[in-house]
Amino acid sequence: MGHNHKHSEPLSDTALRVKTLESLLVEKGLVDPATLDALVDRYENKVGPRNGAAVIAKAWCDPDYKARLLADGSAAIAELDHAGAQGEELVAKENTDGVHNVVVCTLCSCYPWPVLGLPPVWYKSAPYRSRVVREPRKVLEEFGTTIAPEVEVRVWDSTAETRYLVIPQRPEGTEGMSEQELSDLVSRDSMIGVSRALVPNDAEAK
Amino acid sequence: MDGVHDMGGMHGMGPIEMEDENGPKFHADWEKRVFAINNAIGPLKVRNIDESRHARERMKPSEYMASSYYQIWLDGLVRILSEKGLISDAEMTGAIAAQPVTVAHNPLLPPEAVEIVMGKGATYTREGGKAASFKVGDKVRGRNIHPSGHTRLPRYARGKTGEVVTDYGLHVFADANAHGSEDAQHLYNVRFSSVELWGADGTDGDFIYIDLWDDHLEAAL
Repeated sequence: MGHNHKHSEPLSDTALRVKTLESLLVEKGLVDPATLDALVDRYENKVGPRNGAAVIAKAWCDPDYKARLLADGSAAIAELDHAGAQGEELVAKENTDGVHNVVVCTLCSCYPWPVLGLPPVWYKSAPYRSRVVREPRKVLEEFGTTIAPEVEVRVWDSTAETRYLVIPQRPEGTEGMSEQELSDLVSRDSMIGVSRALVPNDAEAK
Repeated sequence: MDGVHDMGGMHGMGPIEMEDENGPKFHADWEKRVFAINNAIGPLKVRNIDESRHARERMKPSEYMASSYYQIWLDGLVRILSEKGLISDAEMTGAIAAQPVTVAHNPLLPPEAVEIVMGKGATYTREGGKAASFKVGDKVRGRNIHPSGHTRLPRYARGKTGEVVTDYGLHVFADANAHGSEDAQHLYNVRFSSVELWGADGTDGDFIYIDLWDDHLEAAL
């Protein structure tokens, strides 16, 4: 699966087929190119894991908000103006000293867009989808996340319209940090559950 | 359908190729267009999300395995739009000019409505439907079914026993919705132990949680 795209190269068969499809749909009056631009702009520039990071940071600071997030994820993210497609039935799962949660969609690529944006390639690819339900600890190890034997691993397979968001544990040594500062510690991967939240020094290095 | 898309538990797929989360959201301009077309088509109401997923699953298996996910989207999009009579192979190859659309559809999504429509999403819950066969705490088994059509019951859960941990209420049944009927029924979250699913290759004390509909399950005593 090649990811590189060099503009000097001739268009690939795939790119040509996409152009043909778009032209055809535009000519038939089914799609407006300006709408396509707006959709790309929304998911390239406005909706992404910083939305989810703000949700998590607020949950770390505000126990009432965390309770609302755990009780009704979609309503809680809507409080921060993050709502919509692929987040209609958001369910948050909290990591604790005894439980580590991780999310997958083994059948396709279901992912909570309003809080995490669009999924990374690996999330949609065969290695992750096939393995994380069978050997989650080994997969997490490859992401640099070691789970102690006494900690229970819970894997959430998104087989319906429910979308799962992991609330990572708040790192130690972050007392007194603002929500804004805390949100910088919340990585995309920590909200999928393949890693932990960053500790302050790691975040500076990034 | 027992297709290659149903990957849970399979071997031999190789290592996970990680990506920096601050890297580009799309890896080619055509990916942006495929993503956008797929979403712009939604409000026309010519195909639902489950028909859309089932169209992707029907990609030729050897091609599915060799394709990136947006290539799979493209294949599914062309397939479902063709099946719904909005486009044809002859138009895609340029053998004939674009023909007028004769299929009924809702108005196209205008650019100024993108934020509203995508910010609102859809509703998959229903007020009425089949009575619940199970309740929280019940032991249930994934049924040993192998429908040739769409199903959201993964192979790795069939014949396996778990416990209902949440009743999410009445939902459109994806398996039926991919084939023309909503057949609303209860959706449950079911917890399976790793050892139940994978035997000695599982990990004692770890659990896999799967969202399954009433018709996917049978009572396990």
